[in-house]
Amino acid sequence: MKILVPLKRVADPDNANKVKVNAGKLVTTGLEWKPNPFDEYAVETALRLTENGTSPKARQGEVVVVTFGPKECDTTLRAMLGTGADRAIRVDTGDEAIDGDVVARALKALVEKEKPDLVLCGKQAVDGDSSQVPQQLAEYLGWPQATFAGSIKSEGDKALLVGREVDGGTIKLRVELPAVVSVDLRIVAPKSVQSVHTPATHAYPDGVRFAALMAIMAAKKKPLAEMKLADLTSDAALKIQYLDYELPPARKAGVKVKDVAELVSKLKTEAKVV
Amino acid sequence: MSNVLVVAELADGKVRKSTHSAITFARQATSGGGSFTLLLLGAGAKAAAAEMAAFGAAKVLVGDDAALKDGVCERVAPSVAATAVAGNFDVVVMTASSFGKDVAPRVAAKLSAGYASDISSVKVDGGKLTYRRPVFAGNAYANCQITTKVQVVSVRQSEFAAAEPSGGASPVEDTAVTAADPAAAKIQYLGIDAAKSERPDLGEARVIVSGGRALKEKFADVLDPLANQLGAAIGASRAACDAGYAPAELQVGQTGRVVAPALYLAIGISGAIQHLAGMKGSKTIVAINKDPEAPIFQVADYGLVQDLFVAVPALVEELKSQS
Repeated sequence: MKILVPLKRVADPDNANKVKVNAGKLVTTGLEWKPNPFDEYAVETALRLTENGTSPKARQGEVVVVTFGPKECDTTLRAMLGTGADRAIRVDTGDEAIDGDVVARALKALVEKEKPDLVLCGKQAVDGDSSQVPQQLAEYLGWPQATFAGSIKSEGDKALLVGREVDGGTIKLRVELPAVVSVDLRIVAPKSVQSVHTPATHAYPDGVRFAALMAIMAAKKKPLAEMKLADLTSDAALKIQYLDYELPPARKAGVKVKDVAELVSKLKTEAKVV
Repeated sequence: MSNVLVVAELADGKVRKSTHSAITFARQATSGGGSFTLLLLGAGAKAAAAEMAAFGAAKVLVGDDAALKDGVCERVAPSVAATAVAGNFDVVVMTASSFGKDVAPRVAAKLSAGYASDISSVKVDGGKLTYRRPVFAGNAYANCQITTKVQVVSVRQSEFAAAEPSGGASPVEDTAVTAADPAAAKIQYLGIDAAKSERPDLGEARVIVSGGRALKEKFADVLDPLANQLGAAIGASRAACDAGYAPAELQVGQTGRVVAPALYLAIGISGAIQHLAGMKGSKTIVAINKDPEAPIFQVADYGLVQDLFVAVPALVEELKSQS
C-alpha cells in the first residue's frame, strides 16, 4: 500500500498558553516548532499499515510525507524520515501565503501525480484547529472520507474498516480505497491499527515511535524533493482572511476552600449553581 | 444583508439540540437584514419538521429520505450544496459537532466556498460578516472574514446559546434529495457503538462532573453518585480516556468536546492546556485535586486540595444532607 501523509509544523502545543498578541498580530516567538501531534499520529498509522509490527524495518509499500512551508520545515520532514517514512516532499511557501483550502487544492494535484492508495491526515492542526483539509481534499478528489479515525483495520490494499470517534460513540465504516482518512488520538493505542502484515496478537507500544540515532543518520540519505506551489495549483487565492488576533479575557482568580462543607456553601450562596 | 441556510442535525428522527446553536448564529447573522432557512435531511425529517416551524425561519425545507439516515457525509453533502445553490444562500451554517465538522468542509469544497470552522461569535458590520474563532487551544482569538461569495461556517455549541422558539409558523416544504456522491458507493456504514446513557449530553448539560486519570478503575464508582446527585453529565480528561477508565466520547478538551456548563467539577484532573481549552468557558469551575500545584487551580473558581477518594463521597453526603 502506498500512503501519502500531509504534515504541518505548529508552535509547541504544550506551551500554547505562551502565545502573545502584539498590535493585533499573533506572536509565537520563543515557542519551538513541533510536528502537529495528529500528523505524527498519521505517520505512525501509515508505518503500522505498511509493516510487520514484529519486524518493523522492512516497509511493505511506501510512505511519503509532504509539507507546505519554508525551508526550515525540512527539519520536520527529516524527523519523519527518521521514524521510517520513505520519501519526503516540501512544497515551498511562506506560512502566511496559504490557507487550508489552498493546501487541499494543491494536495489534489499531488495525489493525482503520486497516486497513493490512501491519504492519511491528522484530524486537525492544533494551532488553527480548523479540521478542514482532509474533508476538502476528499471532495476535490471525489474520494470517500473517513474522519476522526480511532481505529483502522486494513483488509489488504482494497479496503479499510474504520472506527470513527464521534460525539455519541464510535461509527464503524468500511471504506474502499483510494480514500482520505483523518486520525484521532486513540489511533496510536497498542492495538488500534491492524494491518494484514502484522499478527493480530501483536501490540505496539502506546504512542508514536521515536527515531533511533542510526535511523536519523540514515534518513539524511532519503530523498527530500522540493516543489513550488505553482507546480501544483495555478489558483493560490486565499478564501479566508485573518484580520487580527486578540487574547481571551483572563479568568478572575479563584479561592481555595478548606473542606467540602465550605465548597457546598460557596456553591449555594455565592455561585448559586447548586 | 445575508441569507443563511441552517443545516440541522438529526438523530433518531429528532433534531438534535446542537442545531439550536446554529439557529442562534443565523438570527445574529441576519440581524442586519436577510432571512434564514432550516434544512432537515434524514429519515423521519418530515415528522421532526413540525417543532422547527416556530423558530422564525423563512422556511423549513425537508428532505425525508431513508438513504440519509446514517448521516454519511458523501450522501448528505450533495443535498446541502444543491439546496444552497438553488436558494442562492450567502451563508451555510452547521454546528461544529462531529457531524458538522465532518460535513461542512466537504460542502464548502463543493461550493468553492471559504470555510470558517468552530467560530465563537459573529459580527455584522455593513452587511459584512466577521467571525471570531478560538485558536491555539483557546489561548488566542482570531478575527477573520471569508473572501468568497458563498460562505460556510460551523459554530461552537458552547458559545452560541441554544435558540428558543420565537413563535410563528414557518412554511414546511419538501425538497428534492440530490443523488449521493459517487464516492458514497465506496462507503459501507456498519453501525454505531454508542453507550446508552440516561445522563444529559455533554453539550447540553447544566452541570458536568469530569474525572481524570487519578480515578483509575474507580472512575464510575466515584463519579456516578456525584453525577446522580447533581443531575450532571460525566466528562473525562484525555488521560482517563486513553487509559481506558472512561469511553473516548466523554473526552473534554481542545480535540474532544468543548463545553461551557453553569458548573464544571474537575475531579483529579491536573489541567493540561488541551483540557483547559475544552472547559474554561464554564461559568463556575470547581477543582478537587490533592496536588496544590496542579494547573487546574489557575482556572478554578473554587479549589479544594484534598484526596478525591475522600472528598467526593463527602461532597455527595454534604449535597444530600442539604437538599
